Amino acid sequence: MKLHEYQAKALFESFGIDLPKHGVVSSVNEARSVMAEIPADGWVVKAQVHAGARGKAGGIRVVNDGAELERAANDLLGSQLVTNQTGPLGLPVNQVLIEPALKIEQELYLSLLLDRKIERVVFILSTEGGMDIEEVAEKQPEKIYRLIIDPVVGLQSWQCRQVGFDLGLPTSLMTGLAKLMHSLYRLYSEKDASLIEINPLAVSDKGELVPLDAKVEIDDNALYRHHDIAEQRDGEQEDEKERAARVHDLNYISLDGDIACMVNGAGLAMATMDLIKLHGGEPANFLDVGGGTTAEKVAEAFKLIVSGDQVNAILINIFGGIVRCDLIAEGIISAIKEVGITIPVVVRLQGTNAEQARMMLDQSGLDLVATEALTNAAQQAVALAKQHNGDA
Amino acid sequence: MSILVDKNTKVICQGFTGKQGTFHSEQAIAYGTQMVGGVTPGKGGQSHLGLPVFNTVRQAVNQTGAEASSIYVPAPYAAEAIIEAAVAGIKIICCITEGIPVLDMLKVKAVLKQHGAWLIGPNCPGVITPGGCKIGIMPGSIHQVGSVGIVSRSGTLTYEAVHQTTAVGLGQSTCVGIGGDPIQGMNFIDCLELFEQDEQTKSIILVGEIGGEAEEAAAEFIQSNVSKPVVAYIAGVTAPSGRRMGHAGAIISGGQGTAEGKIRALEKVGVDVVRSPADIGDQLKQCLSA
Repeated sequence: MKLHEYQAKALFESFGIDLPKHGVVSSVNEARSVMAEIPADGWVVKAQVHAGARGKAGGIRVVNDGAELERAANDLLGSQLVTNQTGPLGLPVNQVLIEPALKIEQELYLSLLLDRKIERVVFILSTEGGMDIEEVAEKQPEKIYRLIIDPVVGLQSWQCRQVGFDLGLPTSLMTGLAKLMHSLYRLYSEKDASLIEINPLAVSDKGELVPLDAKVEIDDNALYRHHDIAEQRDGEQEDEKERAARVHDLNYISLDGDIACMVNGAGLAMATMDLIKLHGGEPANFLDVGGGTTAEKVAEAFKLIVSGDQVNAILINIFGGIVRCDLIAEGIISAIKEVGITIPVVVRLQGTNAEQARMMLDQSGLDLVATEALTNAAQQAVALAKQHNGDA
Repeated sequence: MSILVDKNTKVICQGFTGKQGTFHSEQAIAYGTQMVGGVTPGKGGQSHLGLPVFNTVRQAVNQTGAEASSIYVPAPYAAEAIIEAAVAGIKIICCITEGIPVLDMLKVKAVLKQHGAWLIGPNCPGVITPGGCKIGIMPGSIHQVGSVGIVSRSGTLTYEAVHQTTAVGLGQSTCVGIGGDPIQGMNFIDCLELFEQDEQTKSIILVGEIGGEAEEAAAEFIQSNVSKPVVAYIAGVTAPSGRRMGHAGAIISGGQGTAEGKIRALEKVGVDVVRSPADIGDQLKQCLSA
């Protein structure tokens, strides 16, 4: 789960990290009063969206007086911010964060994440802050420093000093760096983070380390023990269908194509998307109804994928293992009857009671194609989608 | 032979009297698995499915000589269940549970190292040696005793591979679902190594997906350590970057972990990578007759 910058900064503060006084507002009026509480020569107004590259997209404005601040807040609030990470529609800006503009000597990069290969949490630091870190890693790998944390002993202060001196930071910053890193590691461990990223981590003209940005993501699997964080979820930053899917406990991701799919199992769901593409079509979504799905869940999933107008065909691919295909067929039939559907539907059922299920579909009187072969199912779905698109 | 488990393997179930544990233990018994009991704290001394229930894994091991465990404990308690099994001396720990926090798994892995146990999963279908031992949630009926070793990160894609190898008459030696989480127990290399040594296994199917570098590492291992034919399928060619595709571990991040990269790595070392999941069985058959 992603957090907004302002939410991440509040977490930072609760873990003892000092930040310049800042405020988050959702109206121009509030912006004016927050500004009055933050004495500074200039301010930064930052759009709160779940995406990076905000600066280049105009989502971060430096302002010098009240009029400019009002204009910036007015521009951003209620707009859709499109960055190179959001997709063409962008994300809604419902809050802006206001903080003082700092005089900066140097911009560093810092992140904390899981290295799957070595199965350790690692810090990544670089002198090249404010830039795309993947680009730095590719072009100047010598400027990236990694620090591996042993889960048994945790982060060690010597490790912080070592990386600090490697970065060429002055001795005066070492205590501050170690304190910041310890706080971040504690946050990561105690709140089950999956990513903490500060880019840039500024060295101010006063010789202090100041996190300018703050990105925090929390392990979804651990949200059950962090209700305080789970309730901060901003559903408006999510795709509407994805949000609806989450409520029904379905794994759903919207894509750009026109062939909707419903599959049991994440691997098979990805494979089904790939198969559609392989046979010349484009998948409209990823949807995993779960390995042990039920007729009710199938019906909910069906309603979800047929909503909206971009879909030209539906491909249902179920490998009945523990779940019986006849139960799935029952769910499909009742969903189609309830929704009343005009798009071609291809159903591939394989595994436990598949034959009985295909018979049920055949005898349902519904206009759908039932098959047991995977390739055939994908080919039919692609052909029918093209035909339906042509008719429309 | 086979790998990891066979008809002599004594198996217990943790979370035995729960809904999942009950259902899948019944299925395992019906398949012929040597289930010898189960664990549900507080219900020790009772009998369930005609088998003894114990309060702790240690008691179960002491009384039954169990060597393997299937874990159906809910996610908040599953990491501890794995550790309890390892400390009690269970050698094959199969954790079906989905949704264990990553940081819990880091601790589990650190403890496991000290006990020399194999962990399969979590978030996996389990392990099966057809005709001998079924530990997990896979449908037993699609399997057939045979010669193909299957290792996979995905449950239902494993069933596809099983179904297809059964259909072409090859059957399976052992199928291991290593699970879809970013931190897992056995990885591809562990399984490849065992399959390479196993006499019954004549060929191997590897089913991977986006995220991480396990397939790339497997490719490197295959190059110098695996002589048996390997056919692979990698799911997620069309998966968008930065999105978690159902499995916690299935995510392309920072341009790393793409299906194309994995396919390239495997093909480079001579692995036959099929582009369609429907071609796994036929391709393997063809590969073996060539």
